[in-house]
Amino acid sequence: MNYIIRRVLGTIPIILGISLLLFFMLNIVPGNPVELMMGEHVNYETIERISERMNLNDPIIVRFGKYIIDLLHGDFGYSYKLKREVSTLIWQAFPNTLILAVAGSLVSWGIGLPAGIISAVKKNSVTDYFVMTFALIGISMPVFWSALIFQYIFGLKLNLLPIQGLDGLNIKYIILPAIVLGWSSAASVARLTRSSLLEVMTSDYIRTAREKGLLKWQVVLRHALKNSMLPVITVMAIQVASLLSGAVITETIFGIPGVGRIAVGAIQTRDMPLLQGSVMFTTVLIVFGNLVADILYGFIDPRIKYD
Amino acid sequence: MSKYELDNNSIKQNYFRDIAAAARKGSRLSFSVIKDGNGDDKMSETSNKRKEYKQNSNKDFDDDNDDLTRETMLGEVMYHLKKDKKAMTGGVVVILFVLIAIFAPLIAPYDPYFVDMGKMFTKPSSEYLLGTDFIGRDILSRMIYGARISLIIGLVPTIISLVIGTVLGMTAGYIGGKVDYLIMRLADICMSFPSILLAMVVMYTLGSSLFNIFIALSIVGWGGTARIIRSQTLALKEKEFVEAAVAMGVKKSTLMWRHIFPNTIPSLAVLFTLNVPGAIMSEASLSFLGVGAQPPTPSWGLMISRGKEYLFSAPWVAIMPGIAIFIVVIAFNFIGDGLRDALDPYTRN
Repeated sequence: MNYIIRRVLGTIPIILGISLLLFFMLNIVPGNPVELMMGEHVNYETIERISERMNLNDPIIVRFGKYIIDLLHGDFGYSYKLKREVSTLIWQAFPNTLILAVAGSLVSWGIGLPAGIISAVKKNSVTDYFVMTFALIGISMPVFWSALIFQYIFGLKLNLLPIQGLDGLNIKYIILPAIVLGWSSAASVARLTRSSLLEVMTSDYIRTAREKGLLKWQVVLRHALKNSMLPVITVMAIQVASLLSGAVITETIFGIPGVGRIAVGAIQTRDMPLLQGSVMFTTVLIVFGNLVADILYGFIDPRIKYD
Repeated sequence: MSKYELDNNSIKQNYFRDIAAAARKGSRLSFSVIKDGNGDDKMSETSNKRKEYKQNSNKDFDDDNDDLTRETMLGEVMYHLKKDKKAMTGGVVVILFVLIAIFAPLIAPYDPYFVDMGKMFTKPSSEYLLGTDFIGRDILSRMIYGARISLIIGLVPTIISLVIGTVLGMTAGYIGGKVDYLIMRLADICMSFPSILLAMVVMYTLGSSLFNIFIALSIVGWGGTARIIRSQTLALKEKEFVEAAVAMGVKKSTLMWRHIFPNTIPSLAVLFTLNVPGAIMSEASLSFLGVGAQPPTPSWGLMISRGKEYLFSAPWVAIMPGIAIFIVVIAFNFIGDGLRDALDPYTRN
């Protein structure tokens, strides 16, 4: 328990630091942000009015304080471009990002884990070589490029799947983005599972189990796998994070209205509150993801608690 | 990276230092079996080193011992890399990539910026090997010039972020206490941001341009390096040779530079080869999203981004530059993997 409390408290300075860094990075842009945001054709009164509402006339420290207080109330600010609350926009987009991330994780773990285990058990075999090459290809392909190729093959040539948008939980729309998003993380899960399993396989208790006459598969599944999963689980939890952020590109290509797409759009329209909100939202989500990973880790490996 | 891997890293590090000396004997035996020129070179190199070691052995013992382990380690690594076909292939590809980037004006068949509206969307042919794009520019020439951008983007921000990470990581590990806490929390914060989002925010602030990508990527990537170097510094701090140096009254800065830093070079080498493709990929992604290089710069990511509009009518415009990214990234990954295996006795076959 003590460990969990300490770990939870430890995220507070991190989140504070993140908001500080983000806030100052976005607020040191030279010139009046409202003018930059609204373009040239805007009258002076409007600028004044919005500046007032965005607290732009206060010193930056005061603004940061107000920003944090608003954040604690769940207020991410107001998008003057889209004339909506940032939090409304984010909560509307989040389910799409979540669907995509979950589907991507399923692809990643569903393919990555078995592939890694098979590869480790059949170390240095043709299968191992094949799986690892495939994994390396997955890591080396730019997401946006593999997305285009998938779109070209499955959308145009075979005409099997839709290539744009997301239709609730309609699996047809999810397949392609999920594969594109999950492939490279499947590859790293497979690589990590393999190396971790191989390392555990050299330990004494595995040799004992083998010499007791257990089959290799039994040893792997019952004895080795549990211990080799420690680093893999951490990485899998961290990957949910990278899937959420990797979604920036996938969402853009597949035209899925998610949080990542909001961020890209906000940069293009120089919509500062929206950018700040969406990046803050994603990052906090990731911090919580890491927190869950660490707590999980503590349960799985009690030794962690005593460090 | 996971805690497990970090702890593990330091264990491996210790383990490796011990094993490096022991393995020398084994590798020397293998060299004598190899009959080609390489093997002979290695043989003479190793025996030269031994001679040197004998000559110097009555000088400052600590330093030479350190040096010898390091040099044998390099020998070891090179020996294992040479046996690794993937790593060698990767090496050849990377050398080609660098040569293409350097000699781009000599190799490129056309001017990468030359617009010829009469020849837009020419299919790949003998005249235009990889076809032309939506305003009739030669894709091959643009890709060759794009290699320059990718090479510089791959090298410069990676090196800068490695330097920042190493300095901060070593300082945190060696000084400890509040300094350590502050640096590591800062690293945590930087690592919490998805790197592409952080880079996007930096690009928003600085404006979209190729030069600003340098800054964005340099700032983004140092956290992981700092963590790894810190954990290694912590492990190395306990070593006898560091204690001996402290006892001799060596200055802190000298100690870190002369005794601790050299021992982190293997990890830095692995990090370097694995971070370069990461940086190339990030630049391509940012440019693809429109917040990186701006037209008409022949950046590979930008070329894909512009080409994707014509994916169905002229697929080569978007597909070709992607192949270039893929080949370069996989080549670096081959080397990185090989290097890591060569440095890590556990995964070595």
